[in-house]
Amino acid sequence: MRRLRLVALAASLLLAAPAARAAGEAPKPPPQDWSFGGLFGTFDRASAQRGFLVYKQVCAGCHAMKQLAYRNLEGIGLSQAEIRAIAAEYMIMDGPNDDGEMFERPGRPSDRFRSPFPNVQAARAANNGAYPVDLSLIIKARPDGANYIHALLTGYRDEPPAGVEPMEGMHYNAYFPGHWIAMARPLHDDQVEYPDGTPATTEQMARDVTTFLAWAAEPELEQRRAMGVRVILFLIVLAGLTYGVKRKIWAELKH
Amino acid sequence: MVGLHKSDFKNPVVRWIDERLPIPSLLQKEYAQFPTPKNFNYFWNFGALAMVCLVVMIVTGIFLAMHYTPHTAHAFDSVERIMRDVNYGWLIRYIHMNGASMFFIVVYIHIFRGLYYGSYKAPRELLWILGVVILLLMMATAFMGYVLPWGQMSFWGATVITNLFSAIPVVGDDIVVWLWGGFSVDNPTLNRFFSLHYLLPFLIVGVVFLHVVALHITGSNNPLGIEPKGPQDTIPFHPYYTIKDSFGLVVFLIVFAFFVFFAPNYLGHPDNYIEANPLVTPAHIVPEWYFLPFYAILRAVPDKLGGVVLMFGSIFVLFVLPWLDTSPVRSMKFRPLARPFFWVFVLSCLLLGYCGAMPPEGIWVVLSRVGTAYYFLYFLVILPVLGKLERPLPLPVSISERVLGGGPVPAAAAAKPMEKA
Repeated sequence: MRRLRLVALAASLLLAAPAARAAGEAPKPPPQDWSFGGLFGTFDRASAQRGFLVYKQVCAGCHAMKQLAYRNLEGIGLSQAEIRAIAAEYMIMDGPNDDGEMFERPGRPSDRFRSPFPNVQAARAANNGAYPVDLSLIIKARPDGANYIHALLTGYRDEPPAGVEPMEGMHYNAYFPGHWIAMARPLHDDQVEYPDGTPATTEQMARDVTTFLAWAAEPELEQRRAMGVRVILFLIVLAGLTYGVKRKIWAELKH
Repeated sequence: MVGLHKSDFKNPVVRWIDERLPIPSLLQKEYAQFPTPKNFNYFWNFGALAMVCLVVMIVTGIFLAMHYTPHTAHAFDSVERIMRDVNYGWLIRYIHMNGASMFFIVVYIHIFRGLYYGSYKAPRELLWILGVVILLLMMATAFMGYVLPWGQMSFWGATVITNLFSAIPVVGDDIVVWLWGGFSVDNPTLNRFFSLHYLLPFLIVGVVFLHVVALHITGSNNPLGIEPKGPQDTIPFHPYYTIKDSFGLVVFLIVFAFFVFFAPNYLGHPDNYIEANPLVTPAHIVPEWYFLPFYAILRAVPDKLGGVVLMFGSIFVLFVLPWLDTSPVRSMKFRPLARPFFWVFVLSCLLLGYCGAMPPEGIWVVLSRVGTAYYFLYFLVILPVLGKLERPLPLPVSISERVLGGGPVPAAAAAKPMEKA
């Protein structure tokens, strides 16, 4: 397996190294040890559930996740009852009904996450002209996604480094490309109360919400890796058998 | 002349069909008995691998098209729906996405194999030309396929590449509007790209068929680059090469599976998971990795039209390669003087690929120009002149003599114990 990894990586390294470098500009986010990292990692369910809480109570005020439905939360280990309760917390616009009227009703598990703003313009208007991006795919949509989001959330500095002029209405972040980001520091210690008693430090919340977002971007990750192990093991055995048959057939060849 | 085909098949059903529609006979002749040089190395697997890639792409593509919506307002979300809600949609899409990269890796190796062993030389010129046509069709298909998910790189890649046509004097701008079906890359562009992306693979199938027909007229080249002198130099395609190709295929599938299951987005660009936004330009617009060498050539030239001409020229020069290379000796094995130039050519292609991913400034521009210069120098000057100047090594009398060791065994053959030399 490791050799396979090496060969595959070596083969692709030449090709893809430049693409990775093209991101540039901001300092490289420090690599973190993620439960879902490596080739065989899986999502830490407890962390992802705490991360959902952070998203729900902090991020969701501005950031939509329109690719996710409440029913998807089963993937981080929530029960049907819990999901129904979460969905019901939101009023969802539905309709038109038989009278031609739009109406609001409590959310159902099949509903997509309710977006905080009805459209991009409303989102910009409420956020000083900046658009809070949809977070459904954010981990896949940034180079080194998980490390970057974690670094961004913990990378706010109260003061810009000496010699850097402050920017009106912007916030200094060590890891944001260009450093000046419209989003104010979102996470502060003890902002969220975790039901499992985990201390809600900024670092802990950043880690949890990143785990949640990583799951949201690649909900198929665990199934994909588990299938990959089986497929590759099967192919290795098949390769051995095929090679044996090849040797046998060619051995019979009279030159 | 009317009458039934004379069939050798014993099975009455097969025989009945064969007498009326001799496809079983044809397959028997062209795929079972087909006399094939007995000294292939594993580089001769890549044609079959490319064929498998094409089939995989068409099959996965048909299933993706069942769930994809070619509309600017829905395309991105429909792809995400495939990833999240369609049963095993993520698997189908990741196979298709990485399959494109695998197809290009395989085809590029296939092409370099042809360049090294002189597979383009007489009498295989048309076989080679059909191969270049396939490459062009593949590039068009891959480019349009990359636009369909309607991410940022889809949109801006489409904008950059279609804009190249504006470099054509006088009619350029009109052509671009015609290609777009409007005044920017928009819904009509996406619609036609989807239509063509579905059409072109079937054209590729057609040209692949011609490629194979041409191959079966001339027969395969081989690592020694000399024609088989008789039955002692060839073996039937089946079972010898069917099993050898099968082994190569399984090894290839392991690499393919590694990407699909463990690094599905490694060869892609993160920006394509951001929905297309005509108002926000990505910091660096880069094409997919398989286009990077050509992108570097495009940007190496300070003049837009010149860049476009050289970029397309880098493919079109391949069409005339059979007449540019003046050496009668096919295999580089017997061309000690040409061999280092070939490997520098390979390096120049890799260098161009690297430069293509870098911002077009500073040292990268210089290196792109060096790479571009060598690329064309190799085809237009080095190969034509070397053929006249060099003294090739003496060619073996026949494939058998070489394989049986009636002379110094070539290094590559000695390194292959499974060949039972």
